[in-house]
Amino acid sequence: MIKLEHMSKNFGPYPAVIDVSFEVLKGEIVGFLGPNGAGKTTTMRVLTGFTPPSEGEVTVAGYNIETHSLDARRHIGYLPESVPLYLDMTVTDYLTYMGRIRGMNTAWINERLERVIDVVKLGDYRNTLVGRLSKGYRQRTGIAQAILHNPDVLIMDEPTIGIDPIQVVETRELISELGSEHTLLLSSHILPEVSMICQRVLVINDGRIVADDKPSALSSRLLHAERIELGVRDAETRQVINALRNLGMVIDARTDSRAENQQRAEAEGRLALLVDARPNQGASEEIAKTIVDNGWGLTTLNPLPLTLEEIFLQLTTEEELES
Amino acid sequence: MLTNIGVIAGKEIRTYFASPMAYVVAAAFLAITGFFFVASVSDAFSEASIRGFLAGAVFFMIFMSPALTMRLIAEEQKLGTLELLFTSPIRETEVVIGKFLSAFVILIVMFALSLFFVLLLYIYGVPDSGPILSGYLGLILYGAATLAVGIFASALSSNQIVGLVVGAGILTALTLIDLISERVTGTAQEVLNGFQLGASFTVFDLDSFGVAQGGHFADFARGIISLGDIAYYLSLTGVFLILTVVVLEARRLR
Repeated sequence: MIKLEHMSKNFGPYPAVIDVSFEVLKGEIVGFLGPNGAGKTTTMRVLTGFTPPSEGEVTVAGYNIETHSLDARRHIGYLPESVPLYLDMTVTDYLTYMGRIRGMNTAWINERLERVIDVVKLGDYRNTLVGRLSKGYRQRTGIAQAILHNPDVLIMDEPTIGIDPIQVVETRELISELGSEHTLLLSSHILPEVSMICQRVLVINDGRIVADDKPSALSSRLLHAERIELGVRDAETRQVINALRNLGMVIDARTDSRAENQQRAEAEGRLALLVDARPNQGASEEIAKTIVDNGWGLTTLNPLPLTLEEIFLQLTTEEELES
Repeated sequence: MLTNIGVIAGKEIRTYFASPMAYVVAAAFLAITGFFFVASVSDAFSEASIRGFLAGAVFFMIFMSPALTMRLIAEEQKLGTLELLFTSPIRETEVVIGKFLSAFVILIVMFALSLFFVLLLYIYGVPDSGPILSGYLGLILYGAATLAVGIFASALSSNQIVGLVVGAGILTALTLIDLISERVTGTAQEVLNGFQLGASFTVFDLDSFGVAQGGHFADFARGIISLGDIAYYLSLTGVFLILTVVVLEARRLR
């Protein structure tokens, strides 16, 4: 549904996003996690066609965002971080207008309007001026306009920022529900939020994607884990994994599922594995010893840099801090 | 294309009527042009024409048009709604034309209200219909051009006041070109005169009411419709609307 290939975006001489590639499949709920200023909003603005990429190719719902921008935009629902609303319109008027802008006809708007107002629970406020709504309700109005045209792809930039804690919880529930109907990409700088809602997390820092994993895997890395990339020759995957899991400091061992690593490993006739281990317990040495002792060939042992760890330090990991 | 333009224009027209802006501007327009009109027809033996009204309108629209348009794009930038607009399947051109049309409709409504002056002329005098018709045609064209300049100014920043000042500034500069052109000669003078927006500004000269001398508005006030004047106003409108689209597109590239 969303595909970025080597996308870069520069603002003048300053790179905001550098060589980002990822794909979001139909029905996935993907979190886009990173500290403030990491390039989340810029990436989303490129995805939604608001600003063109400096380099690379971006496809949304099968349409190139530059060459077939209008077609791509028809399939996108977008909630920008600032939740832009016309304050002097009522909720119904605002949504109707946004529907028209999206090229919906009156019958379709009327059909969707009731449903959407129901989904975001704005029933009591449908004739209230948007400017009089509380922040949480404005957020809901923003979400309502994003899902009004039942878009294939829903993109939300920090959807829970700046609203009160109770409404944060409600908004998260709402977003989780939306995930069942739309392909969803949402950005956040709050780790627990992303873990709660998303099936997959992309971590971005200084304009680069530094991790692409399940939230649970990221969380385990956050528990001060050390990750080691391993190349093993002349061995059976299962045996190696079992042997490694038996080591005391190893949290988990598994096949490296990253496509490029798999391809290279296959070409070189070896296994590519990833091991998460508790740090400062000599994991690398123990792993090397185990493999050699078993008579397997150790081709690579590469402790991955701890950048992710550092990034997480800048993220909000404690819910309390935010609310 | 047309549907989108209609949606944008419709929304803006409703916003005009929902806010005090349109009413305040219309009241001021009628009051100020009214002064000029009364001054021009209330002397003994004065001519039953709308020349005074035209002078007042041409003068006042330098400020009124940018005041009408200053909100149109600046506010969307301030609210951030421009981001929603341009991630929807809608083109910059459609947005700009739609917004331009909404202000144009308001302007036409004001002109329609000013027909009250014309009515008075027909009741109390025997006016020449030709210059009245050509005068209104000129006003409509002149109005379109000033609105286009105003929209362009509104697209430059998220600050409405900047839009107003820049818009009125450009229009004043185009109006005061004769201050420079009368000091040069030959081709330079002709070229500068060619850019003269309205009338050469001696509006307080009650005998001529400015509009009858120089500038692209003069002939309209005299009852002459010339293709050159029409082309001038239409190109000015077109150029500034295109510039607005360019400004909006450039903003996205940054």
